[in-house]
Amino acid sequence: MSNYVAPVRDMLFVMNELAGLAEVGALPGWEDAGAELAEAVLDEAGRFAGEVIAPLNVVGDREGSRLVEGRVVVPTGFAEAYRQFVEAGWGGISSPAEFGGQGLPQLLAKPVTEMWKSASLAFSLCPMLTQGALEALLHHGTPEQQNAYLAKLVSGEWTGTMNLTEPQAGSDLSAVRSKAMPEGDHYRIFGSKIFITWGEHDITDNIVHLVLARLPDAPEGVKGISLFVVPKYLLNPDGTLGARNDVQCVSLEHKLGIHASPTAVLAFGESQGAIGYLVGEANHGLEYMFTMMNHARLAVGLEGVAISERAYQQARDYARERVQGRALGHEMAGPIIRHPDVRRMLLTMKSQTEAMRALAYVTAADMDQAARHPDPVERARYQARVDLLTPVVKGWCTETAQEVTSLGVQVHGGMGFIEETGASQHLRDARITTIYEGTTGIQANDLLGRKTVREQGKTLLALVEEMRTDAERVGALDDEAFRQLGAALEVGIKALETAARHLIDVAATDPRQAFAGAVPYLMLLGTVCGGWQMARAATAAQARIAAGESAAFYRAKIDTALFYAEHILPRALTHAHVVRHGARATLALDESAF
Amino acid sequence: MKIVVPVKRVVDANVKVRLRSDGSGVDTDNVKMAMNPFDEIAMEEAARLKEAGLASEIVAVSIGPDTCQEVLRAALAMGADRALLIQAEAELEPLTIAKLLRAIVAREQPQLVICGKQSTDGDANQTGQMLAGLLGWPQATFASKLEIAAGSATVTREIDGGLEVVAVTLPAVVTTDLRLNSPRYTTLPNIMKAKKKPLDKVTVGELGVEIRPRLATLRLAEPPVRSAGVMVADVAELLAKLKNEAKVI
Repeated sequence: MSNYVAPVRDMLFVMNELAGLAEVGALPGWEDAGAELAEAVLDEAGRFAGEVIAPLNVVGDREGSRLVEGRVVVPTGFAEAYRQFVEAGWGGISSPAEFGGQGLPQLLAKPVTEMWKSASLAFSLCPMLTQGALEALLHHGTPEQQNAYLAKLVSGEWTGTMNLTEPQAGSDLSAVRSKAMPEGDHYRIFGSKIFITWGEHDITDNIVHLVLARLPDAPEGVKGISLFVVPKYLLNPDGTLGARNDVQCVSLEHKLGIHASPTAVLAFGESQGAIGYLVGEANHGLEYMFTMMNHARLAVGLEGVAISERAYQQARDYARERVQGRALGHEMAGPIIRHPDVRRMLLTMKSQTEAMRALAYVTAADMDQAARHPDPVERARYQARVDLLTPVVKGWCTETAQEVTSLGVQVHGGMGFIEETGASQHLRDARITTIYEGTTGIQANDLLGRKTVREQGKTLLALVEEMRTDAERVGALDDEAFRQLGAALEVGIKALETAARHLIDVAATDPRQAFAGAVPYLMLLGTVCGGWQMARAATAAQARIAAGESAAFYRAKIDTALFYAEHILPRALTHAHVVRHGARATLALDESAF
Repeated sequence: MKIVVPVKRVVDANVKVRLRSDGSGVDTDNVKMAMNPFDEIAMEEAARLKEAGLASEIVAVSIGPDTCQEVLRAALAMGADRALLIQAEAELEPLTIAKLLRAIVAREQPQLVICGKQSTDGDANQTGQMLAGLLGWPQATFASKLEIAAGSATVTREIDGGLEVVAVTLPAVVTTDLRLNSPRYTTLPNIMKAKKKPLDKVTVGELGVEIRPRLATLRLAEPPVRSAGVMVADVAELLAKLKNEAKVI
């Protein structure tokens, strides 16, 4: 059981020093989004996350959401906290002002999202899915659909869901079978959807489901899937709530983690058919889904950051309090944080969490640049960078969260294995993040196939060059620590470049060999990008110290960067080795020998 | 009715304060700062009065360096209509603060000043009382309930052993206790709006107040560290220790 204190200081440091808040604030329409506003927003969001949401995390885990006589009952306190969340207007942070949002850039919205996710991952999924539904309607809905639903979704008065998965259609959505039968100005939807996050609850008056289904004459496969909006309660012509639609929650899943989030099995059209309205053009549903999914993937990557932060805070606090054993160099038994190996574990957690945060926020800023940079060439360049890094933020941050949350349990020793301490909840909650919104394998295939091989590594090699310039700059500083940082980073960059070029070559002749190395390649890129960001962070911290600012935070940043360079960055060499030499062994074993 | 609410920037209540190594004061370098919690309650009360249609305008005032603008922005986000920063670099004593506030009251002509009963850094619990004295206004301190009607304020005060209800005619100074209200969470739209609300600055000189200190702080020290306890074998040993070592019985 731990408090959560939003790491506002580190967040602002990353936003200002690494992600270019000033540059984002210079983009048209975001003139207000400067450092002062960022601090005010993060302070208040941090307070809300720490005081209102974070105390619910353990309650949510223990009670879980339950289906009682056909009604979903959310854990104690969740409905009230959600009501406060709506009242405080946090849901609309990055939504357009036209529909009641604040229209702030991603660089400001994503750190706030991180806070909700640290406070309670299960809670945060409700506004996150609402955001997904909202964006689908914002980009592809008719003006009538937008007027009917958007303001309520932006405010959070209604929540949204994404209905993609069916029992036979998971990672491969071409197998979707749900049907949509035309009837006048609307459709009748029939089918069964599973894994629907916050798919049913009564904490709001209405739920807006977005559903993938096939028209009767639709072609086979992915090109025959359409997107429909299916409200739980139909709307009267004046916008008020009307009849209950024909969509029912059949059951809730029993899960390893995120117990508070109701994961529903929804049955559409058990009687006369659920009334749905086509979003955008017929047979383009999957394409629409993917425009949103890139945002969602970055958000899930942030979940890796967020839950790592929470696990780290809890482990650090425990290590400071738990007295056990006389540490080397001490006379008496003392807190376990004195033991070198506990320090190693905590730094492994801290350094990777900070590295992940930096890469995620830098990517968020790139999204803002890609959206609003006045020069179309620059916009395209930023978009390519976002496309490249999105699967990395998703895959690498969530995979690393597995290690970090596991170490969080380890720092607690036997107490970590006992549920009362709450350390294991983070491990269990984190486990879904490498799976939903595309598994790590899917992210890696996207990174390797679409984002690297297809364009012969153009965007990747530009990134390598940028990292190399930064590494040289860091290494040229007149300071032993920075020479070390620069040298370690250059080794990692070289390993990355060699591995990437190898994959591009091999993919041309034997794609199976290349894709056997996709996940190691993703982890390699993530690890090196993390080292790059930590070296940049250390350099910025050094400049602050040189400018006479009080040193503790900045000194810690440099020390943490050094730890990353010496303990984490060398993993790049292992990943690169696997990429270059591991494929044959992966593919050799006969299927019958497994 | 116009309300003036003075707000002070202090070390955040969640921060464990440390002394500077030379004992000359509290180390505030790189420490998270926030609005004095009692002033937050004062701001909230003013906002509630305005929402209830009993107040027409709320002016938040802070005294200190430019960094105090952040608590003024917070006050604007909580519902103040405009803000005023009295620029001052030196550490000010309650009497000086009260004199500066008197000058603001003379300019603004409010019917009500709601102050926190004390600040969590100085803990002086004097400013509100001194301000009322300087203005010749009635005062109602340590308010746990405030009702405004027909030119007077009925204030429930928390006193030793119970509650006291007093009525004061307006204009008056009211100081807030913890149980007056629980400040709400500031909403994101209000944080955004606060950026566009007016925040004016005046100098101490413009207000014609002399800020010469009357007190000199000689030294600050941490409380002594408590020594570890000992386990006693039985009641007899406990009694012996209480009698002979602690000399309390």
